[in-house]
Amino acid sequence: MQQFFQQLVSGLADGAIFGSLALALVLIYKATEVINFAQGEMAMFTTYISWSLITHHGFSFWEAFFATLLIAFVGGVLLQRTLIRPLERASVLTTVMATIALLVIFNGLAAWIWSPQLQFFPSPFPTTSWVIGGVHISKQDLGTFGVTIGCVFVLWLFFRFTKLGLAMRAGALNPAAARLLGVRTSWLLALGWGFAAALGAVSGMMVAPTVFLTPNMMQAVLIYAFAAAVLGGLESPIGAVVGGLALGVMLNMLGTYVHPVTSELRLPVALGVLLVVLLIKPAGLFGRVVVRRV
Amino acid sequence: MTPLLELSEVSARYGQVAALHGVSLTVDEGEMVALLGANGAGKTTTLRAVSGTVRKSGDVLVAGKRLRRATPESVARDGVAHVPEGRGIFSELTVWENLRMGAYMVRRPDFKVVLDYFPWLESRRNQQAGTLSGGEQQMLALARAFLARPRLLMLDEPSLGLAPLVTREVFRVVSDLNEKEGLAVLVVEQNAATALAAAQRAYVLETGRVVVTGTADELRSNDAVRTAYLGY
Ligand SMILES: Nc1ncnc2c1ncn2[C@@H]1O[C@H](COP(=O)(O)OP(=O)(O)OP(=O)(O)O)[C@@H](O)[C@H]1O
Ligand SMILES: [Mg+2]
Repeated sequence: MQQFFQQLVSGLADGAIFGSLALALVLIYKATEVINFAQGEMAMFTTYISWSLITHHGFSFWEAFFATLLIAFVGGVLLQRTLIRPLERASVLTTVMATIALLVIFNGLAAWIWSPQLQFFPSPFPTTSWVIGGVHISKQDLGTFGVTIGCVFVLWLFFRFTKLGLAMRAGALNPAAARLLGVRTSWLLALGWGFAAALGAVSGMMVAPTVFLTPNMMQAVLIYAFAAAVLGGLESPIGAVVGGLALGVMLNMLGTYVHPVTSELRLPVALGVLLVVLLIKPAGLFGRVVVRRV
Repeated sequence: MTPLLELSEVSARYGQVAALHGVSLTVDEGEMVALLGANGAGKTTTLRAVSGTVRKSGDVLVAGKRLRRATPESVARDGVAHVPEGRGIFSELTVWENLRMGAYMVRRPDFKVVLDYFPWLESRRNQQAGTLSGGEQQMLALARAFLARPRLLMLDEPSLGLAPLVTREVFRVVSDLNEKEGLAVLVVEQNAATALAAAQRAYVLETGRVVVTGTADELRSNDAVRTAYLGY
């Protein structure tokens, strides 16, 4: 029972990381139907920036954390304005190809700037645990979960309660109608890229202390995020977060209680989930089937 | 007096298909003008040429000034509201969220004036807009457009799919906005009788050209218009 709760908490911590990156994917997908394959590498790249701020420029973890969020946001906006927007009139597939190009570019660039070697990334949380009723709750896990879900919650508040957030939702639902009401939808898409990049940075900075910092560190996380987003329904922001948490808990539970599922099998299991969802419920748990006219 | 809206020799095409061949028309301050014509005559395209949702050649002047930029958001910011064919409601959002979107460009939106014209919206504010009836959706689209405080309101077939009684109600509200608020209206209609009853002037389009124009009374007594569009 104690082991169950411990695994539950670390599953939720992992899941929050998957969920926040999945949410980043969904934000862009919902507005433009583009899957941003570079989302993970953008997160990795910004995590390197925060690492460099901490180790070379004397920032504390939290100073670097917030500075990186800002840098990621601005970077995401600029990326949309300079590279993605010019492809607006091209097919979705063209844009997706461009994001795959970005994936490779960010990966290579990071290795070139910071070397491909494994780096230690500091954690803001102590390595100790709280013991509650015999259950060891790792402060690292709880902190990761809290920070990530906190950021998701702030974003939710923005979308739910601000005029700009409302306009972004409306613009994603019906861009033509939104433009007729004076909404500059093109800038709101850039804003969406900014938020997605910042969310990705959160997931990168939260996962780096446990997986160590390398140019490839987000590749597996991106796949988990895909699985989470598909599980929740690619159109559903809540689905992405819930899908992430569910996947995180499931992988931890399988690893603990089903002995053949070793760490080598984690990725295959996640992709198995992705396939099963696609086969049984293509719209995901929270999505709706959209019938498109051919 | 310079008209509020002036189109001179406006042409538009969809790819190879020419939809407008040099349309000229005006709408004066405070005036309600109807745009009539059969299916495919180019009524929708005329409105779209104004709101910047189709590429056009020729001049569109609002209050004598050429539009700054021909993008929909910029035209909306110049005070021209366009309620498109199909109404453009955000059906997944609530009624209230739709109204807030109408007020997107306005610093201090006056929801009270709008609720005076559409009192029933108050009790439906948290209903999902897509679940409203067709007539209610048309009203919501009107209320939303009015919230932006436009100088000119362009309506594309507000009667589409509505029962006659509901159509009358919609036109009553539009006439009210026109008379009491001095809002200029350019309304596209298939239902010529209804439109001519409400509008002061009208234009008839045929295959992308203006073929008849005059006051509502003149058009009602025009034999060609009578047989083609009024059916008596
Ligand atoms: N998106 C489009 N692509 C290609 N051709 C179009 C498009 N929209 C309209 N057309 C063509 O342009 C012409 C004018 O169409 P428009 O929609 O302006 O007519 P309308 O008067 O509004 O007709 P209706 O009463 O049926 O709404 C028609 O010949 C139509 O086929
Ligand atoms: Mg039409």
